Amino acid sequence: MKVTVKYFASIREALGRGSENVETGAASIAALRDELIARGGAQGASLARGKAVRAALNQVMSDESVALSEGCEVAFFPPVTGG
Amino acid sequence: MLPRVVIQTADFDVAQEIAALRAGDARVGAVCSFIGTVRDRSDGVSVSTMELEHYQGMTEKSIEAMIDEAKRRFDIHGARVVHRVGLLQPTDQIVLVAVTSAHRGQSFQACEFLMDYLKTQAPFWKKEQTPRGAQWVDARVSDDAALARWGIPSVNR
Repeated sequence: MKVTVKYFASIREALGRGSENVETGAASIAALRDELIARGGAQGASLARGKAVRAALNQVMSDESVALSEGCEVAFFPPVTGG
Repeated sequence: MLPRVVIQTADFDVAQEIAALRAGDARVGAVCSFIGTVRDRSDGVSVSTMELEHYQGMTEKSIEAMIDEAKRRFDIHGARVVHRVGLLQPTDQIVLVAVTSAHRGQSFQACEFLMDYLKTQAPFWKKEQTPRGAQWVDARVSDDAALARWGIPSVNR
């Protein structure tokens, strides 16, 4: 399935881009993150397990266990610091 | 109808925002507001400018949901959140949360609830320009603790 992946703040900077379209068979956000980590390079480093990375599915803050669906929007970002 | 959530680069006028929020609503006997501003120091390091990034779409949706939750929990009439993004200078206003109610207790509580919620759940990120270079601001564990007081578990940090 096709999903849109968005990146913000320090992760966006490290990757040099704010979004990409990904063709994936990943069933969950966790599985998608593992696929992206497996690419290595900046993506592997900035999404690595143990790093403080938060996620959203279709613009709602989400646990990584939630299931993906065709055309969904997944975002990865560091802890938020607004206000 | 006045939008409840506004994300903008421009500054805001607190008096105008509050006047609009309570315009024509004679049920209102209390207005509470919080204004966050840019400090010139962060953990002892001087800050020359601050840049705010956000996740357009999710930001508005998440704050709308927070206001819905505040309305469920507190007896309030209106709420408005204005948050700036882009490049800001020390002393600039960053965020306004304003709440109206019949009596002060409910709007004081709802205002603090909304700020505690926003701090850990709204997708904004601050980057400070310092003598050591630009650095992204770290989330604070105390902000998660502040939201936990309202019975909402937070794992932002």
